[in-house]
Amino acid sequence: MFLINCPFCGEREQSEFKAGGEAHIVRPKQPTELSDDEWAEYLFMRKNIKGIQFERWNHFHGCRKWFNMVRDTSNDQIKAVYKMGEKPPVK
Amino acid sequence: MTNNLRFKTSKFIDETYRVSFKFNNKTYFGFKGDTLASALLANGVHLVGRSFKYHRPRGIMTSGSEEPNAIIQLHDNSSRTEPNVRATEVEIYEGLVASSQNCWPSVNFDIGGINNLLSPILPAGFYYKTFMWPPSFWKKYEYFIRKSAGLGKSPKVADPDIYEHNYIHCDVLVIGAGISGIMAAKMSAKNGYKTLLVDEKSYLGGSSIYDNSEFSKINNQTTSSWLEKEINEISKLENLEIKTRTSVAAFHGYNFLLARENLTDHLPINQREKKVRQRLLKIRAKKVITATGSIERPLIFDNNDRPGILLSSAIKKYIDLYGVACGENNVLFTNNDSAYETAMSLIQRGIKINAIIDNREQIDSKISYEVEKNNIKIYKGYTVVDTYGYRRINKISIMKLSKDGQTVIGDKTKLNCDCLGVSGGWTPAVHLFTQSGGKLKFREEDQVFIPDFYPSDQISIGSCNGDFSLEEIVKNTLYSIKKFLNVENSEYKTIEIISGLNLSKRNIWLLPSDKSIGKTKSFVDYQNDSTSKDIKLALREGFRSIEHVKRYTTTGMGTDQGKLGNMHALGIISETAGTKMGEHGTTTFRPPYTPLTFGTIVGRNVGEFFDIFRRTPIHDWHVANNAKFENVGQWKRAWYYPKNNENMHQAVQRESKAARDSAGILDASTLGKIDIQGTDASEFLNRVYTNAWSKLAVGKCRYGLMLNEDGMVYDDGVTTRLGENHYIMTTTTGGAANVLGKLEDYLQTEWPELNVYLSSVTDHYATISVCGPNSKKIVSKVITDLDLSDEKFPHMSFKNAKIDNIKCRVMRISFTGEHSYEINIQANYGKSVWEKCMEAGKDFNITPYGTETMHLLRAEKGFIIVGQDTDATMTPIDLQMDWIVSKKKYDFIGKRSLYRSDTIREDRKQLVGLLTENPEEVLEEGAQIVADIKKSPIEMLGHVTSSYYSPNLKKSIALGVVKGGKNMFGQKLIIPMENKNINVTVADPVFLDKEGERLNAKL
Repeated sequence: MFLINCPFCGEREQSEFKAGGEAHIVRPKQPTELSDDEWAEYLFMRKNIKGIQFERWNHFHGCRKWFNMVRDTSNDQIKAVYKMGEKPPVK
Repeated sequence: MTNNLRFKTSKFIDETYRVSFKFNNKTYFGFKGDTLASALLANGVHLVGRSFKYHRPRGIMTSGSEEPNAIIQLHDNSSRTEPNVRATEVEIYEGLVASSQNCWPSVNFDIGGINNLLSPILPAGFYYKTFMWPPSFWKKYEYFIRKSAGLGKSPKVADPDIYEHNYIHCDVLVIGAGISGIMAAKMSAKNGYKTLLVDEKSYLGGSSIYDNSEFSKINNQTTSSWLEKEINEISKLENLEIKTRTSVAAFHGYNFLLARENLTDHLPINQREKKVRQRLLKIRAKKVITATGSIERPLIFDNNDRPGILLSSAIKKYIDLYGVACGENNVLFTNNDSAYETAMSLIQRGIKINAIIDNREQIDSKISYEVEKNNIKIYKGYTVVDTYGYRRINKISIMKLSKDGQTVIGDKTKLNCDCLGVSGGWTPAVHLFTQSGGKLKFREEDQVFIPDFYPSDQISIGSCNGDFSLEEIVKNTLYSIKKFLNVENSEYKTIEIISGLNLSKRNIWLLPSDKSIGKTKSFVDYQNDSTSKDIKLALREGFRSIEHVKRYTTTGMGTDQGKLGNMHALGIISETAGTKMGEHGTTTFRPPYTPLTFGTIVGRNVGEFFDIFRRTPIHDWHVANNAKFENVGQWKRAWYYPKNNENMHQAVQRESKAARDSAGILDASTLGKIDIQGTDASEFLNRVYTNAWSKLAVGKCRYGLMLNEDGMVYDDGVTTRLGENHYIMTTTTGGAANVLGKLEDYLQTEWPELNVYLSSVTDHYATISVCGPNSKKIVSKVITDLDLSDEKFPHMSFKNAKIDNIKCRVMRISFTGEHSYEINIQANYGKSVWEKCMEAGKDFNITPYGTETMHLLRAEKGFIIVGQDTDATMTPIDLQMDWIVSKKKYDFIGKRSLYRSDTIREDRKQLVGLLTENPEEVLEEGAQIVADIKKSPIEMLGHVTSSYYSPNLKKSIALGVVKGGKNMFGQKLIIPMENKNINVTVADPVFLDKEGERLNAKL
């Protein structure tokens, strides 16, 4: 189980958190303008990387805040956590 | 045969304290401090079990947790009975009862032993190959295979013991209290680290604590006496916590470890009352030092599994620690110097050693010369080719090894013995290290896997790191711990080591025999009866990956996870396949290191704590009034209230009728309630619900439907505008937490510009719903300060009110289609307001109803239940709820998905009503719906989602989803059941009062 450094609460057990899938996917501002394919791209298509992955996490049983996390999925090392809206601190 | 097998014991055995115990119904005696294994050996008992597949007689082979053979059933026929317990780990106590497993009628005469004779036709993969054909026979085969599978018996009644979980946080965790672990713990604690030292044994010091040899000395003292002083010193350190009988089961990422602490297993049963038996320790350590030692390797030769064949190190431990001789005429068989230490221990006590068989041609160490001086015959360059004796070894035959070690040459010599000690060198116990994600490397010189890459802040020291000589262990431990803990002072001024051992070794994975391989039984995995022959067969059949060979031959898949034989399996594979060791990897070591009891895993989460549940503030009233409960999410909800021996159907019919004829009352406190505030609250609701919210006036309520972004219905409920910027949203009972999570998600990540705040207030309010034609009269008695006239308080509106000076919120909303009121009051007043309503409704036959009646009443009105009539594949259009989807709003969650090519299909499953031809026939929920039963295969059009007998309509009603059902009203369909086909007609899902006359009736 990871120890996750919540940007609002500090280090907590993974069991307090929920994973929320790939990060930095922005909901289209004008969904009605999109074709079926474009909408499906937003709705369904997610990366599943072996290596550095940008993810959304939620401190569900804590402050309820969403934040972003950079995780190496091959060894579960957390490279960085940062608040929503912030730029990723690592590439 | 029982001469005295007990010699001078160590300080760990209390010879003044005699303990009696029963094994296989026979009473034996041992001493306090004995394990079941040492006590049995002291009584001359070697045969303790039968092997899994061939039912071969098996004896005690080791002295620790790696034991593959001596697994026994503890506490026969009692509620504590436990299978597969290692006799080498059980500390005996007065009254212990244990027996052999996997044998019938007894361990001495076992019918299953016939499998041994049948072994030529029971090769690896026997079951896979034999029971394949014909396919339809599998069910018959399975019955018999299941009967013969498994080891031991599981208990049939509840476990009487108490277990618990404990969190531990420390700076440094040291696993293993052998010599390196003790030194590491001292350096860590003395340098200010909060340290935890754990060991699976009942004593500290590992194998060094009984090492009194003249050939390994520290500072001119025997290793044991030097270590004893060290242990004395560390036991006084304040910074150090020591836990014995504590076995680390799992080493996860981020230095999170699970350990099992045994607290009462060594006590007589009558002293265990009300004590915690085992504790699961959840350890978070900043740094981990693994000092788990090493496990001696057996040697793989023909018939290497007979009772009386032990690891040489086990023989040494039994004599040095327990004072027990495993045999009176011993032979040692080795490929390295370790067996000579065992020899010296036996020599010192005058126990006969018939011979030492050594694979090596040349042996050059002080200790071997010393052994030779004692007139022990050493056969150099020899190997054991066979053993004899059924229930106990009595003879071996040996032959000379060829130069390359691949064949045997010369004449066969037979030697008598009653005990054979084998030593194939040492395997570092890297199990925990690899569990943590560590990567191993193979060291060619002595053919061992050792830690290479550490995935977290941890280090392996001592023999689990591949340091086998005392000198290496001590020097390397000092060096690496200083570096690892970043400390200047090692705490050890001078350390002088004298060692008489030499590290040379002649490694031959599979020893040759004069017989062809097909005729030998050289066991690699003792517990699962897999032999070198099986492994070679697997390779011939094309298996290459170690993981595949493992599963095909079951090597390493027993309760011991192949702690002894896995290395040989790898060696034989690489030799046979001509590949390098480590090229195909090793098998994965999985937690737990040694088996855990289920009790330890569940801890206190048993009985009513198995799964936490939530009670409404009115719960006690429901209990007092004979309610039956239903689990909804985590909630206990009143299901129905049977009166005078009513069954569920009768109670629900009565409740439903009363609610429509006069008055019903429902505890709706479990509905999720989310308080929404902020200047953008209306805009927020506009975006999350399908319908429009900006024009909802203060004091009004509205039903809302929430979708997922894929357009499928997610949740529903009524939301009330309490003030300009203040709403209270209700959600389904089960969906509350997820809805809040979803709303927070959008608010924080997609629309952070909105000024909106969300709080869950589900637990803060009790919600009481009073419905029926007499509801107004009842509520007016309870809430006296409110004008309930339809003009002042119409349907779908809200008022603040007071009951006895306590503020409450009253809504006129209805889930039954009746005129009804929902009273929300601070939770701790819930029960008294409920009782007030009951009192006020006495003259109107006010009837409490549960969830079942609620479901029936809403089904009469065709109201959906999200999760029952929907299943995440239903859009609002599929539910025929087009009316609630705003055409005007530019966007809301899920809007774009409502006109994807898939969601606009006309033949999607759509919600319809179903009426049975026979009005008394009630459909089964979940039943399939078809149009044509003659067609093959029959096309499934949909299924029944809700079904009831309506006492108000006096007929059976049902809701279901049917492909293209929207356009099928009046059509006849068929519900095929096991014994009959039921004819139904597709109907409007609103069965009762479509015009809403009841709801709007002037009361």
